Amino acid sequence: METYSLLREFADSWMLLFLFAFFVGVIVWVFRPGASKDYKDTADIPFRHDDKPATDKEART
Amino acid sequence: MLNYIKLIALALVTLFALIAANYARDLAYLVHAILVAVIAGGLFIYTLRGTGTKKVAPQDEYLDSVVRVGVILTAFWAVVGFLVGVTIAYQLAFPQLNFEWAQGYLNFGRLRPLHTSAVIFAFGGTGLITTSFYVVQRTSAARLWGGNLAWFVFWGYQLFILLAATGYVLGATQSKEYAEPEWYVDWWLTIVWVSYLAVYLGTIMKRKEPHIYVANWFYLSFIVTVAMLHVVNNLSIPVSIFGSKSVQVFAGVQDAMTQWWYGHNAVGFFLTAGFLGMMYYFIPKQAERPVFSYKLSIIHFWALIFIYIWAGPHHLHYTALPDWASTLGMVFSIVLWMPSWGGMINGLMTLSGAWDKLRTDPIIRMMVISVGFYGMSTFEGPMMSIRAVNSLSHYTDWTIGHVHSGALGWNGMITFGALYYLVPVLWKRERLYSLSMVSWHFWLATIGIVLYAASMWVTGIMEGLMWREVDANGFLVNAFADTVAAKFPMYVVRATGGLLYLGGAIIMAYNLYMTVRKAPAKEPLATAVPAE
Repeated sequence: METYSLLREFADSWMLLFLFAFFVGVIVWVFRPGASKDYKDTADIPFRHDDKPATDKEART
Repeated sequence: MLNYIKLIALALVTLFALIAANYARDLAYLVHAILVAVIAGGLFIYTLRGTGTKKVAPQDEYLDSVVRVGVILTAFWAVVGFLVGVTIAYQLAFPQLNFEWAQGYLNFGRLRPLHTSAVIFAFGGTGLITTSFYVVQRTSAARLWGGNLAWFVFWGYQLFILLAATGYVLGATQSKEYAEPEWYVDWWLTIVWVSYLAVYLGTIMKRKEPHIYVANWFYLSFIVTVAMLHVVNNLSIPVSIFGSKSVQVFAGVQDAMTQWWYGHNAVGFFLTAGFLGMMYYFIPKQAERPVFSYKLSIIHFWALIFIYIWAGPHHLHYTALPDWASTLGMVFSIVLWMPSWGGMINGLMTLSGAWDKLRTDPIIRMMVISVGFYGMSTFEGPMMSIRAVNSLSHYTDWTIGHVHSGALGWNGMITFGALYYLVPVLWKRERLYSLSMVSWHFWLATIGIVLYAASMWVTGIMEGLMWREVDANGFLVNAFADTVAAKFPMYVVRATGGLLYLGGAIIMAYNLYMTVRKAPAKEPLATAVPAE
């Protein structure tokens, strides 16, 4: 099989499936239980450390 | 040790540039070789004078000096880019402005790519690099990685702009829209861009926050995708190492498809994803409240980057491109409505509960109207990508109107908002010099865009209808020159709109300058502020 047909067949089967599954996975992941609490903290990132970098002690994990 | 390597490299570059200037096969290459020789030689002396002194960068401070220079240059490129735009708008309306003495250098054909690159790459690109350096440090709570590499990225990018701009005027172009610079400028940009990626990723990797804030995701996708697009679309073989001419590797429809895969994703990832990074940081900061829905912002991100990359073929309806490919591009363009409007809603709703700020804060007003224009132009774009609509709109001024409602409305306004936010913060001023000047800028820019977009809709649709008009016997009714004559009044309106927009930008530049010079300084924090 020449390269074009090979790539084409792969692209519109497995790759398409993978991309679609990945995307659905992202949406499911976003709505996982407990996500809202996590994201509330993440959304507040711009309001911390305005003036200088965090020291190792302040680093959040 | 590093300094010695730098010195050797700079000496070699200077030597080669001088040899290249000697053997140069065309004017643009000659000028560029001399420019590079002067800059590399100057840097050699500068580095030599600094050799032996040890400078230690403080790790407990953000690297803001590069951001400050970036803010100044963003405002500068804004005025330059808009000025060239107004010039070519008047050249279209009044062809006498293509002066005889400047033929071959400053006529419309030479200035047009200068305008597009000056606003997209010089104004937009400098704004993106500047704000991304600011945002990634704050949201990672870490100083920029790589020490002076950030400065290299910044000045390296400015050199790219300089080479591209002088090249256009002197006639070095590979004739690919938004990718006009010739091979050696492309190679240089690749080096700069990879360093940019390194600085950005390095900073994110040493972040002190567990999560990567959404603005960084958008900035990062902009950096990664532009690297990929730039390299693939600029695959070309130089005719001579001593000349600017190169030959594309792809030909025919493959070349066209590659070009518009690049071109549309330059819109999608340079002008959209990158500026969305700005939106997701500066709107929450200015509104003083977190983004409306963080979940929506994640879905917005993945949906946008998964879909945008396929939309390019809609630029090639009714061409040699197979129908299935242009249908694919059209379908994906329409699907793009969803993430675009999701993102717009997320940006606008960040203000929910703080809508009163629209009345009191002209900067927020600027940011909100930019998100509004984002919504409008991402509605118009997919509509124009539908094959039936495209048969009317393609090759007409409607396209130009669409691009400008996006570029002036969305990219311009959000960058102005970011600049107004950044200058008092970076120069430690209490406030801007004048809020009423911001209001003036806001109204001049908005009215300018409305004049621009409306006149282009009228002339675009008129032009499309005139081109397809046939008489009872099936003959075309109008000659091309008839449409040109009919468009004249609209061209004058368009140029006037551009003039208003330029006026707003000049007011902004003055206001920002006076903020640094005259606005009251913030009280230095004498006592330690307790952590909340």
